[in-house]
Amino acid sequence: MVRAMEKYIRTGVKATPFCPGCGHGILMNSILRALDELNMDMKKMLFVSGIGCAAWIPSPHFNGDTLHTLHGRALAFATGAKLYNPDLCVMVISGDGDLSSIGGNHLIHAARRNLDLKVVCANNMIYGMTGGQVASTTPKGFKSSTTGEGNPHRPFDLCKLVAAAGATYVARYSVTQPLALIQALKKAIRHVGFSFIEVLSPCPTQFGRRNLMDRPEEMIQDLLRRCISEEEAEGLAEKELSEKIITGEFEP
Amino acid sequence: MISRWIKSPFPKGVYYFSGNEAAAEGAIAAGCRFYAGYPITPSSEIMERMAVRLKEVGGIFIQMEDEIASISAIIGASWAGAKAMTATSGPGFSLMQESIGYAAFTETPCVIIDVQRAGPCTGQATRVGSGDIMQAKWGSHGDYQVIALSPWSVQEMYDLTLRGFNLSERYRVPTLVMSDEAIGHLRENLSIHSKVEIWDRKKKRGRPPFGTEEEGGVPPMPAFGEGERLLVTGSTHDAFGFRKTDDPEVHSRLVDRINQKILRNRTEITETEDYYLEDSERAMIAYGFTARTSLYVVHQLRKEGRKIGMLRLKTLWPFPEEAVTTLGKRVKKVIVPEMNLGQVAGEVKKFCACEVISLHQTNGEVIGPETIMEMLKKI
Repeated sequence: MVRAMEKYIRTGVKATPFCPGCGHGILMNSILRALDELNMDMKKMLFVSGIGCAAWIPSPHFNGDTLHTLHGRALAFATGAKLYNPDLCVMVISGDGDLSSIGGNHLIHAARRNLDLKVVCANNMIYGMTGGQVASTTPKGFKSSTTGEGNPHRPFDLCKLVAAAGATYVARYSVTQPLALIQALKKAIRHVGFSFIEVLSPCPTQFGRRNLMDRPEEMIQDLLRRCISEEEAEGLAEKELSEKIITGEFEP
Repeated sequence: MISRWIKSPFPKGVYYFSGNEAAAEGAIAAGCRFYAGYPITPSSEIMERMAVRLKEVGGIFIQMEDEIASISAIIGASWAGAKAMTATSGPGFSLMQESIGYAAFTETPCVIIDVQRAGPCTGQATRVGSGDIMQAKWGSHGDYQVIALSPWSVQEMYDLTLRGFNLSERYRVPTLVMSDEAIGHLRENLSIHSKVEIWDRKKKRGRPPFGTEEEGGVPPMPAFGEGERLLVTGSTHDAFGFRKTDDPEVHSRLVDRINQKILRNRTEITETEDYYLEDSERAMIAYGFTARTSLYVVHQLRKEGRKIGMLRLKTLWPFPEEAVTTLGKRVKKVIVPEMNLGQVAGEVKKFCACEVISLHQTNGEVIGPETIMEMLKKI
């Protein structure tokens, strides 16, 4: 079978390192499809990532320039590269913990500068690679290896955060909405300015098994049930709304 | 690999500059075209001058949100092809350590100027110290090498920043200019010549950017956007950049090479200066601002007929072992005055066969000649 996206994969890469049921493979595919539909030149693409499972989406898999940096610092490294060579199309792909917790300061400042960076934040609501610790995106009440009785704190709304900081393209989709996600990725790539796409990606290994969703399909079903559009959210009572995730475009 | 001579971007002449201004000019002369920084006393004048000068020469300046972002941005810019620099002082230098390790492990040329102030912690922000010398060598985790230079004058803020860029490009290593508040804020004459010698990183298409045939070699370094499809990672990697995080052989080979490429070239990298050492029975080993006071004391004692000399360390890391070892065999006593609790004195003890005495002061002030005289009388 000829794999349609193979030409975007680095020579020598045989398989992805992701766990069964991880959403990052769907996200990886969606990013490559967006690049393919826009005929992007991989020789002018720079993919920057931090530390964590999502940081491995581009590195080493993508067949462009890749810069796998330190935990939390992807946006700072990307800022230097983009400023010095504006001809590069710079896409930052990293996780929620990397971009919004340890890298939170860089995130709001990069959004404030509105530099032309395309940021894809794979949000699995947990620290996956390190063993399932609570994240700044774990919903209140959910269990992790460091919150056995449920997370006592509220999570960040990442889209509101970056929009408030000045990002000029902001969207949120789940890997269960691949077609809308690909369209959003294409818009982000074409957009000149700081674009941010939060992508909900299930982590059955670390998040699901602690929260009564052991099997990958249970997490997929859960995302399908919870992700709604802004229009769908309008008529809902506050209690119903509290467990929903609103997806769509928020900026511009 | 060879160097080239270019016309100085600043007109030839003698100028009355501060050390921090001279360092910025040295960077511009070396070809630095990217600066990212964060304000911190007593280094901020370097950033302020770079903001103006980079605009004039067509470079990029950005003030980042903190020091971690600053050094990370210069590493990103360096891989995009820039000669890049940041400057800071103790607290910022502490924050930069993880990224300095990243630059060492990914063999990224970049220059960091540390205008040292009196620490630890916030300490005395406007006062002088030399407390970051060991941090410069050991500040990031794991075994790696940096190059660290120690200017003692406004002239050397220019010369050694320029040399720092050249060494950084040649050996693909982060290079530190370990200045201090006194040198940074000192004003004195700076001579700028009509031509400057420049080294550039070597490029070779298709060659592995993280491996060489020769042990301790320096691989070529392409830039992003050149079609090389670079794979850069701070994880252990093979010659082409593929992560190899459980291969003991790849790890030890890489760690060994990034250390050996500096240590094997130590004689090329390190510079020292001798004063009156031919017939000296006692010698001072000094660096940075303290070497100025020490030399004054040596001149005075020579007038009294005392057989004392001085070895000045212009390079701190890699440590000039050969010069220090030779001196230790030649004299009976070595005295190391410094503005910390004996950081370099401890290193000197490793290589000197003779008695080594540490003269230290950590009160936020430069060590005056009378203090050294007083200390010498006691020993």
